[in-house]
Formats: sequence, structure tokens, C-alpha cells
Amino acid sequence: MNFILKIWRQSGPSEAGQMVTYPVSHVSQDMSFLEMIDELNIDLIQKGEEPVVFDHDCREGICGMCSLFINGEAHGPGRAVTTCQLHMREFKEGDVITIEPWRAEAFPVIKDLMVDRTAFDRIIQAGGYVSVNTSGNIPDANALLVPKVDADAAFDAASCIGCGACVATCKNASAMLFVSAKVSQFALLPQGRVEAAERVQNMVRQMDLEGFGSCTNTGACEVECPAGISIENIARMNREFLKASLG
Amino acid sequence: MATGKGLFGSSIARKYWMALTGLFLCSFLVIHLLGNIPLMLGHQDDFNLYARFMTTFPVIKAVSYLLYASFVVHAVDGILLMRQNAAARPVKYAAYNGAANASWSSRNMGLLGVFTLVFIVVHLKSFWYEMHFGKIPVYIYEDGTELKDLYTLTVTAFQELWYTVFYVVSMALLGLHLWHGFSSAFQSLGLTHPKYTPMIKIAGAFFALVIPAVFAAIPVVIYLAS
Repeated sequence: MNFILKIWRQSGPSEAGQMVTYPVSHVSQDMSFLEMIDELNIDLIQKGEEPVVFDHDCREGICGMCSLFINGEAHGPGRAVTTCQLHMREFKEGDVITIEPWRAEAFPVIKDLMVDRTAFDRIIQAGGYVSVNTSGNIPDANALLVPKVDADAAFDAASCIGCGACVATCKNASAMLFVSAKVSQFALLPQGRVEAAERVQNMVRQMDLEGFGSCTNTGACEVECPAGISIENIARMNREFLKASLG
Repeated sequence: MATGKGLFGSSIARKYWMALTGLFLCSFLVIHLLGNIPLMLGHQDDFNLYARFMTTFPVIKAVSYLLYASFVVHAVDGILLMRQNAAARPVKYAAYNGAANASWSSRNMGLLGVFTLVFIVVHLKSFWYEMHFGKIPVYIYEDGTELKDLYTLTVTAFQELWYTVFYVVSMALLGLHLWHGFSSAFQSLGLTHPKYTPMIKIAGAFFALVIPAVFAAIPVVIYLAS
């Protein structure tokens, strides 16, 4: 297959960037999107040009490292997939494919298609954990009864891989889906309830300080989320925040 | 950036205020529409008596101040949110396929809100300002009481075609604003439930279609009758 790629090239965080056009040929329909860019980079290196920088790691959809805004959608046209799980057969022969980095004030571009997502780390540091005393006398895990529905909902929320597609696709660059998934996975379980009020306030505070936008409830984030996180988590966080603010 | 904490200024709290004022304004729309039914039926007496009641009865006056405050909070808060959201993405995408994952009305709430604000300013100048501070013809009720003839003022205004068209278009835009806004308010307040949320969504769609449609019918009926 042959494609025309329009890729955002930016040599450094404070440099001006631009879209650059690259034709690619001999692409197999079985290649993943990242493998297709690997092929382009081999060509660029052989020609003595700078390869395109992009984030990637596990290449099996669980690490959350690969990003890319492809033809106006986070992780491209596929649903519930990351870019490494997107295959070239999803595109038509000769397609023009626009590839951009995640765009958000809180996710500054490092180089080309790679952005700095440490804003998410700082939100987690603000409260996305449970304080546990690990010095002996640990209670048996099964001694605390957790209803099956709560355990399932907490597990669903915890399946967030922190890729940032929610921020990238949101018209407001809001991080509400990410933060609400992290708030929910703890708020639903008895171990997490102890610090629930402080947690939601601190994480929301950090989210605002990082410069993310607010939530317009468009629902775009849950459509594009590779882990299928529901905006029901956002409603839960809205409840948790209200409860914490009033209490 | 949203710099405030707790119930004032944090990005979540800004949405609580949008939701609360928005739902209050929705309740106002219902009352406003019911009050305007005599206008459509051509009942001059009833409408002028209703207009006097609404501008003089103390309880209504008290609620009207809450209403003015809600308009201001909803508009100012909305503008603050638009500014925050614009700042959150300083560099725009070259290609952005918003239609792939969200409805048009949900992506254009700010724009629809600004149109609605313009409509409200024109609407208030035409009727609310004239009723409160302007010179209005006098209507003698059957018991001899002198009433402000808001009915004639309104009916005269809607004899202009462009003014009637402006109202119909404004109501269509308000309908789009409500199409997303009504059910979105419940999500913002965290009021979701597997059983009731689908009902709220249906109620929101019904509200967004019916209320603006009946409002738009009033100037159309008056224009056609003139």
C-alpha cells in the first residue's frame, strides 16, 4: 500500500514546528501504524535525514506510551485501540494521513510527535494512591468484604493506561476522564474510602494547576479511550468532589 | 487555568454553577412559556393582567432577582470556562475530527450560549425594559383599572417579518443549547444512575424540542394573524 503522510516536525520544545509531507510506499496492510512509521524512519536514516521521534514501548496496547493524533482522532480511526494496535488495513490505498502530537498546554511537545505527559504523574503524586502501613500485621485480603459490582467497577476504572487520549481528543484538553478513573478506582473500595475526600480535592487541584481544561460532557473521551473508561467515572468524581467540598 | 479551590473557582465547581443556574433557567423557561399562552390566543385582558402580576407581586419580584443573578452567573461562568478551555490548547490541531466522537451541540455550547445572550439582550430591551422603564400605551380593563398594554406592544413588534424571523432562529439555537445542556447539567452535578439517566436524556431531548418550538410559534402566530 502507498500513503502520503503529513507529519508534525519540531526539533525541540521551544522551536517552531511545521507539517512535513512524506510519501511512503511498500506498506503491508498487516503492519501496525507504528511499524509503518518505523519503515519511514529507516528510509529517512538511509537518506541521512532525522528520523521522526514518537513515543512507544510495549506495542501490545497495555503500556499507554504510544500516542499520535491521526486524521483528527486520538489513536486514529479505530475504537478501543492504541496506535500500536491500529493496522494499516484500516486505511485506503493512497490515503493522505495527518499525524500530529497530543495538543495541550499541559502536554508540551518535546520533539516531533513526542510530548511530555509528566503532568499525569504529578496528578497521581497529589493523591492517586492509598497510604498503607507495610510494617507487619497486614490483614488478610479476604477479611474485607467488597461487593462484586464495586470490585468490577473499580477494576474497570483501574484499567486506565494513562495514555492521554482523553486529553488529546477533548475539545477543551480536559483531563477529567483520566483523573476520574484514578479517583474512582479508590473511591469504590473500602481501603480507598479512608482518604477519598482529601484525594479528590488534591488531584483536582493539581489537574487545574497543570492547565487542563474543564469538562463539557461531550463524551468524546470515552469514545476514543483505548481502555474503554466510561464517563460514569466523571459523574462519580463530580459527586466525590461535591461531598468533599461540603464536608 | 482554574485557580480557585473547593466550591468556588475549581474547574469542577465552575461546572456545578453552570449546571445549577442552567437548570434554574430551564424552570424559568417553562413558567415564561405558560405565561405567554394568552398572547398566542389573543387574550389581551389576561396577558396584561398577567404582566402586571409578574411585575408587582412581591414573591415574583424576589424570585426575579434570583433569576437575574442566575443569568449573570451562567453567562460569566460560561465565559470563564471558554477562556480556560481555549488556554488549555494554545496550539490547535491541523486536522480535528470532532464529529467522530461528539454531537455538534455539545461541541458548540459556548457559541450557542453567546447567540442566546445576544437574543436575551434584544428581547429584554424590546419588552422587559419597555415594561419597567419605557413609555407603554395604557389599556383600560373592564373594571376601570389602568394597565400597561404590553399585549399591544408585543403584537406590534411581531408584525415585522425580520423580527419574527430573528425570534424563530434564536429559538432554534436555544433548542440546540438545551439539547446538550439539559442532560449535561445532571452529569456535571454527578446525578447519574443506570435506570434514571436514560430517562433524563429523553426528557432533555423532549424539553429541547418542545419548549423552543412553542416559544417560536408565538411570534409566528401573531405575524400570520396580522
